[in-house]
Amino acid sequence: MSETLAIGARETLAIEAHGLTRHFGDVVAVDHVDLAIPRARIHGFLGPNGSGKTTTIRMLCGLLTPSSGDARVLGHRVPAEAESLRLEIGYMTQRFSLYDDLTIRENLDFVAEVHSLARADRRERVEALLAEYRLAPRASQRAGTLSGGQRQRLALAASLVHRPQLLFLDEPTSAVDPQSRREFWESLFRLVDQGTTILVSTHYMDEAERCHGLSILHEGTLVAHGTPRELTAAIEATVLEIEAEEVRAARAALDGLPEVLSVAQLGTRLHALVDLDARDPEALLRDALAAAGIAAQVERARPSLEDVFVAATRGRTT
Amino acid sequence: MRASLGRILAIVHKEVLQLLRDRLTFGMVIGIPLMQTVLFGYAINQDIRHLRAAVADQSGSQRARWLVADAEASQVVDVVAHVPTAEALEDLLRRGTVSVGIFVPEDFERRAAQGGRSAAQLLIDGSDPIVLQAARSLAELPLRDSGRAPPRAVPGAPAFELRPFYNPERRSAVQIVPGIIGVILTMTMTLFTAVAIVRERERGNLELLITTPVKTPELMVGKIVPYMGIGLIQQTLVLAVGSLLFRVPIRGTLFDLYLAGFVFVVATLGLGLLISTAVQTQFQAFQLTFTSFLPQILLSGFMFPFDGMPRPAQWIAEVFPLTHFVRILRGILLRGATLGEVSRDLWPLLAFFVVTMGLSVLRFRKRLD
Repeated sequence: MSETLAIGARETLAIEAHGLTRHFGDVVAVDHVDLAIPRARIHGFLGPNGSGKTTTIRMLCGLLTPSSGDARVLGHRVPAEAESLRLEIGYMTQRFSLYDDLTIRENLDFVAEVHSLARADRRERVEALLAEYRLAPRASQRAGTLSGGQRQRLALAASLVHRPQLLFLDEPTSAVDPQSRREFWESLFRLVDQGTTILVSTHYMDEAERCHGLSILHEGTLVAHGTPRELTAAIEATVLEIEAEEVRAARAALDGLPEVLSVAQLGTRLHALVDLDARDPEALLRDALAAAGIAAQVERARPSLEDVFVAATRGRTT
Repeated sequence: MRASLGRILAIVHKEVLQLLRDRLTFGMVIGIPLMQTVLFGYAINQDIRHLRAAVADQSGSQRARWLVADAEASQVVDVVAHVPTAEALEDLLRRGTVSVGIFVPEDFERRAAQGGRSAAQLLIDGSDPIVLQAARSLAELPLRDSGRAPPRAVPGAPAFELRPFYNPERRSAVQIVPGIIGVILTMTMTLFTAVAIVRERERGNLELLITTPVKTPELMVGKIVPYMGIGLIQQTLVLAVGSLLFRVPIRGTLFDLYLAGFVFVVATLGLGLLISTAVQTQFQAFQLTFTSFLPQILLSGFMFPFDGMPRPAQWIAEVFPLTHFVRILRGILLRGATLGEVSRDLWPLLAFFVVTMGLSVLRFRKRLD
């Protein structure tokens, strides 16, 4: 009974990892990361540069050998079965990795040929992708002359040529304007509807917000995971919003309080994360501000993902 | 003024720091002068000794044996073979096994006694100018009357009549152009493939390639195939110019020539590929290619005669594809040799390709770690 249940669970998981670790010399880039990512979902890796997002993705693709730990991707052990896994995954690298001196169509043709698509299928597939990602009008333009958004669509199309079940996207929107980003995410959701699993790394909160599941990485460790809603619900701090005339002075007044975990400025407002143990956090802040002679309004706020991120990564820096 | 000096020093300081960190360039700062000096010292040796020679003595006379012994004693030649006929001598010359043939005819004694004309013949491979020059000193050898030293010159004609083969007019173009085919192919082929893999790495394309199902040997073979065609085009160009402009003869068959050229091109592509897997940037690939190019030019026998080099230099030279190809080219173009007759130099080329290609495949990882 429990046996069949375990197998059933395994089949619904696209990625499973236990204690995934990678050293580069003395530096621990990824430190005992556990993952369980279900199929047909968009899962986000959220973290700043150097938090181990790319290294983790590369280990899951079989491009890097883990120093310890093990991972199963679409049922294949990596890196041992990386070659067979390659047929089933697409990988869009952080840096544009298609050929600048080939045209859009030539790039897609090349990828299709390398993946051994039959000739008829190849033509059909490339045409379909050109249409889907609005590249058809520029099909004979060289990739090196494309805009950031066009390159990104080409890179996505190229990673989809062989109809992968699982797509790795490493900071796909870093060189792209907001309009293109929105369209990009819409195409990701269409893919998920067709059953594709997507793992996307980002350092944008608004993108993280769109993911079904999130893993927050900080200095190589997994500091929080869950759906965006779960994460904001489970935040280990009270979030207070402070509105004041002299924002910077208000900030200075709050920064020193032992109960205040962090203060971030958002224009004319402040977001303060206060320790859950503080009995009356509003009063605490009001008193502190009044003592500093600052007129301010203090209200409870709904935690944002950014608050979650700050709360999760705070105190682990040192 | 002071500020300007400060800025100059800042740039000097930065430059030195970068230079010290670029291990390859720093190595070349030390390595190239050392290598060049040693190689030039080895290679440039106009005082040729120990040319490989074969003897066909049909007279069986004592005086002929003395003559051959004197020739050997001069250290200009080393007799490596004895054959029965003049045809067999010519065969060895054509194959490139020897560069000097000593032919002593049946009527050697009579000719020697008569005087007035040379008693024996020196058959010389004229495709190498310096060999010709060295052999000329042999022609001046006196004939002996007895086996006891010192030899006493018998008055009359010199002992040997000189018969330079393959380039009787002694035109330098005939000697240089065949080698140039090899030199040009070496330089361009190695360079093209040396940047092949590393260019993908530099431009970020490698990350895409290694996530595709392409296998390492497939990638390597796919990389070199286009250049095989380019190599044959280049060979054709140099050959056409050499033949039309400099009247370099093509005495062997074109088929043999192109087949040998193909094997050579493949060998140099292997070297380029190996360089490409060893370096991190295209610039390093350039540096390493030129570093490998220098000893090949100097030691291959293209510029300086192979026989004049000391043994260690010859051993090194035997590794280089260019050494073998220069011999093959001179054999096929000038001496009309067949591929079978120069096969001695064909196998090392194939072996070189297999080794460099194998190492390239082993060195290249479809991983990033």
